[in-house]
This record gives sequence, structure tokens and C-alpha cells, in this order.
Amino acid sequence: MTVLNKARGAAVMLAAALALGACGGSSGSSSGDQAGQGGQGGPKQFSVALNEPDHLMPGNTSSSYSITVLQALFDTLVVLDPSGQPQMRAAESVTSQDQQTWTIKIKPGQKFHNGEPVTAESFADAWNATAYGPNAWTNNYYFTNIEGYADLNPEAEGAKPATDKMSGLKVVDPNTLEVHLTEPFSQFPITLAYTGFAPMPKAAFTDLKAYDQAPIGNGPFALDGAWAHNRQIKVKKFAGYAGARAAKADAVLFKIYASRDTAYTDLRAGNVDLLQTIPPASASEAKKLLGDRFVPTASGTMDYLGFPVFDKRFQKPELRRAISMAIDRQAIVDAVYSGAFKPMSSLVAPLVPGYRETACGEACVYDPAKAKALYDQAGGFTGTLNLYFSNADPSYEQWMQAVANQLKENLGIADIQFRKIPAADYLSTLREKKEDGPYRNNWVMDYPSPQNYLQSMWGEGNRMGWENKEFNDLIAKANAAASMEASVPLYQQAEDIALREMPMIPLWNWQDQAGYSGKIGDVKIDAYSPNLDAITVK
Amino acid sequence: MRYAVVRLLQAVPVFVATTFLIYTMVWSLPGDPILALAGDKPLPENVLQALREHYHLNDPLIVQYGLYMAGVFLRGDLGETFTGQPVSELLQDRWGVTAQLALTAWVFELVVGIGLGVLAGLRRGRLADTAVLAGTTFVIAVPVFVVGYTAQIVLGLNLGLFPTAGTDQGWPLSYLLPGMVLGSFGLAYVARLTRTSVVENLRADYVRTAAAKGMRRTRIIGRHTLRNSLIPVVTYLGVDFGNLMAGAVVTEGIFNLPGIGQQVFQSIQLQEGPVVVGVTTLLVMIFILANLLVDLLYGVLDPRIRRG
Repeated sequence: MTVLNKARGAAVMLAAALALGACGGSSGSSSGDQAGQGGQGGPKQFSVALNEPDHLMPGNTSSSYSITVLQALFDTLVVLDPSGQPQMRAAESVTSQDQQTWTIKIKPGQKFHNGEPVTAESFADAWNATAYGPNAWTNNYYFTNIEGYADLNPEAEGAKPATDKMSGLKVVDPNTLEVHLTEPFSQFPITLAYTGFAPMPKAAFTDLKAYDQAPIGNGPFALDGAWAHNRQIKVKKFAGYAGARAAKADAVLFKIYASRDTAYTDLRAGNVDLLQTIPPASASEAKKLLGDRFVPTASGTMDYLGFPVFDKRFQKPELRRAISMAIDRQAIVDAVYSGAFKPMSSLVAPLVPGYRETACGEACVYDPAKAKALYDQAGGFTGTLNLYFSNADPSYEQWMQAVANQLKENLGIADIQFRKIPAADYLSTLREKKEDGPYRNNWVMDYPSPQNYLQSMWGEGNRMGWENKEFNDLIAKANAAASMEASVPLYQQAEDIALREMPMIPLWNWQDQAGYSGKIGDVKIDAYSPNLDAITVK
Repeated sequence: MRYAVVRLLQAVPVFVATTFLIYTMVWSLPGDPILALAGDKPLPENVLQALREHYHLNDPLIVQYGLYMAGVFLRGDLGETFTGQPVSELLQDRWGVTAQLALTAWVFELVVGIGLGVLAGLRRGRLADTAVLAGTTFVIAVPVFVVGYTAQIVLGLNLGLFPTAGTDQGWPLSYLLPGMVLGSFGLAYVARLTRTSVVENLRADYVRTAAAKGMRRTRIIGRHTLRNSLIPVVTYLGVDFGNLMAGAVVTEGIFNLPGIGQQVFQSIQLQEGPVVVGVTTLLVMIFILANLLVDLLYGVLDPRIRRG
């Protein structure tokens, strides 16, 4: 168990998306200054440590490892800059009057690696294929808000869709795509930065299986040779690239590792140039060894403690707040995660626009006396308190034990039991609402919008069984706001309600650690991309 | 010859029984593999359905097993992983790595283990014997992953004697260190087994008789003692070859060798029935073959068995 990488808990993560591990640029950019190209001959190539991707079909993977490769192979319409703001890449503009009908203008002159031009149709084809139910691709879910999605995904069991094209996608001309959403959604441009929205050439559709093994993209790098499963993926500079981020290096070799520890040893031995996931246990050592070349990077991943609000015993917000105040987040983070994670007093991660450091106020501040008073006022808790977590990683049990001790000590809850659930069973347990006590809830950000956190976890049909009309209305209003800036205050109001009611307690925000060898420079890893195109080889 | 054929035929029911057993075990693991695949994000119901149908997860166990076996025998199709890679292709990719690793470990075990064992046996009670005893005790006591990481960091990273990880340098260079780590446990056993056996045989009547007849000591040891001493060792080495193939999980993980062990571990976690069954079936076959070879070798070493 110890040696195989758990890849954040699952080999195939339907998550990660943009949250590859990285930070708001500021800490990452200073390290690449010394750069400079050595003038020797031979191709300039560097290597990146990776876990085996599950797929390379943009529509069928959300594994962070696949996305690292796909970001080198594809130019999405939009990208996120280090501060999380959308910037145009393959698109010239993404505009809307009513936040419901969006017009996407595509930059002319872009080409796929096989020479095909990148047009509005390239995007429409890719999105239709991903949304087509019978294909059963992972990113199907991201297209639910496009008009006509339902026709491609009939509810009835075994029903075959009558069409394979969403009515909400209209190719106006080769460079213009019109998208009709089912309801206004001001965050739409941000979502386009996700590789699940990448374009596909016509050539892909003659043999989708082959395309999954050897994708043809429109990015600065093109696949070089076959994907050698569990060994390596090689990409080379695409000579016909017309975009704004031509590759600085000639080639990138993705070396595939099964264990993060081994990848880290190889980084130390100089056998691999860039590792985005240094094991937390090795962080302090890596810091010493690598100096400037150690890059701690904030991530959008959060841990929460959720309550089964549908259970009578957890229906009082005062009780839930009391539990929140009885937990010493900093002590747990220091003990279990060597202080690498950040205690949170907000429902969204720090890198999300609209984040407020103390949104939670005193309800997330450790205060045993106040917690106890609030607890007594709420009438206390009777019976057995079961704590739920999965066995995917030993650290979950460690911090749950710490939480249990603090609740015992600070609130006097005597009977606390642990419910360690097999990883494969954990989410279905929660989905079926079989839990009768607080549970570990983890969230990997898809895109940096408060909406991604709030609506997904607190919105309608949430796991806790928590219902609040005011909250739902605010989210709907924010989604329909005239601009992203205008939406932020509305999301914050919704967040305040969720914090006041506290159906789920924020605990801490994850952090990743990247490191690189002295052979490469201009390493600018941020929260949304490792920016492999910018890296220079010395 | 007839003996060999009978032994091979015996492998058929073993094959059917083990595959079914393994299939049942994977099938009865808790949780829904498709839901687990989806992680925290919702998969629409129709997508779930399509995936379940594709992998026959809605059918009863016996139908799933039947379909799988039909695929294996009628189409030579070992099924596919949840990421859509055919198992046969996957095994092709990975088999060689594990075989090379196991073979390296096995040869290391055989040569060094027997060598140390004979040395210790012949010098019973002397320094060499004590050193072997102490060394092997140490190796048996320390868990493989400790030996693995230590060897990797000291011999690979710090001293640079071996590659730290991966198969870039090919056989034998990339496989030497992992092979030694993997074989170290068996080596300790082989050495001790050989030692005991040699000591025992040196006291045997036939050795005294041979010495009394004036036979040279080297000939007594080489022709008689060793040959008789090796019977239990050969048994162990035969069975251990199978163990090495199966036991490569940890070593392959540490040294990043993309072999069978790594794959089985990942597949059990993902509940990928076809992969687990495919790989374990092959492991079973290797076990059976290794045992068969051991039995045949007995005959060579001890004619009484061959004629009996």
C-alpha cells in the first residue's frame, strides 16, 4: 500500500480538472528567472513525471495526469491566467447579452497537427460527441446546461437518442459558434478553459478508439509516436502552430510512474526534470535540496466535514456550529499534513475569485469554551456519534481521530465511533444517504468559480439533505448576473447563508508541491497549468 | 513422458476452478466499480447504464463469468480494462518486465543462495557460517519495502551504482537492483536450506563410506553430497519462481517497473475483473508449470523417484 501512488485516492479521478496542483503564480514565477538557453546541438528535450493517464480523448478524461498531457496537445478556447481570470486562447471572443446565448468567435488560421483547420465545427463535433449518452464519456456531465443535451441522453433505460447533435450548438460560419444554454450562466467562459471542451478534427471521428490512443490536437506540441502505456508519452514541437504560445523546447517526454515516491527519487537522481506532486512527507527535504526549484502551489482542493442534516439529531445549526468551533484545524494540519495544508474559514478555496479569508467568522475559530456553551444551548447530542471516512488514504483516519478527541474533550461527547468505509463504497454510501454521522467530504475544483463549490455541494439535491430556498435563489440570481464581477457578491451572500446554517464545516485547503531539475528554466507552474510550452532547456 | 502429460491435464480443472474463484472474489468486492470510477462528480444515469452494460455488470455472476470465458476461448479475447485497453495487449506489454525481473531475482537467489549455503555448510560453526546466519536473519527480518527503498537511495541515488528506477537501461542493468531486492528474501531461505541439507548429508553413511574408500573430498562433495543436498532446495526454488512473479508487486512499485504486479494491484483497487482474472490465471499456470518442472527435476537428481 505504501509504495503505490494513490493518486489522491483514486486511480481514475473524475475530478482534478483545472486543479492540477499549482498556485496563483506569484510564488511560481520567481523561480524560473535564471533560464537561458545553452547553445549545444541536439534536440532540446525535458521530461515530466506523470502517472498513467486513463484516456487521452479530451471528452473522456478528467484525470489531472491526462490533463497535463492534453494541455500540451490542445489549445482550448479560453485559458485561466494565474489569478483565475479567463483569457482568450483559441477564441477571439466569448460574448453574451443575456448570459444564456453565447457567441464564440474563433481565431482564424489555426491548424490541427494533421493540417486540418480549426473551425467552429471542430468544437461543435467534439462537444456533441462528449454529450452523446451512448458514448459514455466522462465529461458528458459538463454539457448538461446546453440546450438539446436531454435529447442525447434520454432518461428511459436502454432508449437510443433520436439525434446525436445538441440543438443548442449552432455553427454560424467557420469561425463563429453560437451556444444556447438552458438558463443564464455567467460563469460559462470559465468553464471553456477545461480540456473537456477542446476541439477535435474530422479525422478523429473515423476511429475514435485510435484517437483516444493518439489524439490530434491544435496545441504547441504534437504527439510523437505511440503512447507506450505505463512507460512514456512523447510529444514534439508542432511546426505548424499558429497560436500565441509556441513551444520553447523541441520535445517533452512524459515519464510514467506508479509511485510518487519513486518519481521523487528520480527527480533527485536527475532522471526526470519536473515533478508536480512531491509527496507531502518529503516536502521539507525537497525544500532544502531544491531551494528555488521547489515550488509550493496552492490548489482548489478542499476538505469538509459534512452533516447528515436529514438525521434529526443534526438538525440544529447551533450544534453544527459548536462542532465547528470545537475543532482545532491548525493543530490537525500541523500534525497530519506537516503544516502544508491551510486551515479554512471559507467554503471556497483562496484561489477562487470572491474568496474572503474570514467569511466564516468566529464559527470557524477554535474556541472550546464558546463551543461548549453553544453545544449546551443546542441541547447537546445523545447517542453514538459515528464519523465516516474512506480507507483511500491513511491520513483520513488520522485526522478523524484527532477530530474525535477534540469533540470528546471540548464538548464532552463520550461515545464516538469510526466508520471506515472501503474507498469503492464510500461515495455510494453518501449518495444513498446511509450515513448517520459527520463524514469527510472532499472537493476537487473544476473551475475557479464560487458557483463550482456552492451549487455543486450546497445546491439542490445535495448530500446533506439541506434545503434553503434563499440560498438556491441567490445562486440562480448569481448565475444569471450580467457579468462575472456582478455575480461574485451574490455568491458571497449565498455562501454566508451556508456558513450561518453550517450543514458542512470547512476544514482546510490542500497544497501541492512541485519541483524541477537544474536542467530546465522558465518554469511557471500556476494553479491551472504547468505551462510546459514556456519551459526552456539549458 | 506420460507423467508429464497427466500433470498437464491436471492443470485444466485447476484453471477453471481458480478463474471462477477469482472472478467471484473480484465480483463480490464491496462497492460499484463504475460509481467509484466516477468519483465525486455525478455521472448521468444513462452514462452509468451504458458503462455497466458494456462491462456486463448488470448480468448475474455466472453469466458474466460465462461471457468472459466464452470470449477467452472462442475469440481469444481476455476482456478489457475500464480504460478500454485490451487485457491481452496489456499483458503483452507487461509480462516481459515481470518475467525479466523474476528471472533476475531467481538466478540471484539460486547462485548466491546456494553458494552461501554450501560455504556455510562446509564451514559449520566457523566465522563464514555465523556471518551467513546473521546476514540471512537480518534479510528475513526486514520488510521488502525497507530493503527496496534503502537500496534504491543508497546504491542507486547516493552511490550511483545502479539506475534508480524505470526500465530505460534495459536488461540487465535496470533489473539488477530490483532483482536483488526481490530475491533477497528467497536467497536467505535458499542459503539456510542448503546449509542445513549440506550439514546433514555430510554426516550421512554414504559420505563416510566414500571417504573410507579413499575418494577425494572434492569429488565426495561435488558428486554426492551436493546432489543429495539440493533436492529440498530445488523444491523451494521451483515454487519460489511463482512466488517471485506474484511477489513483484512491491518491488515493481518502488522501482517503477511496469510489470504484472503493479497492474494487479491497480486493477484490484478498480475492481477490474477481467484484468485480475487474466493475470492471476497466468500466474496459476506458471505455478503449475514450475511445480511440474520441479517434479521432473527430482528424477534427474534422485533416480529412485524417477523409477518409483
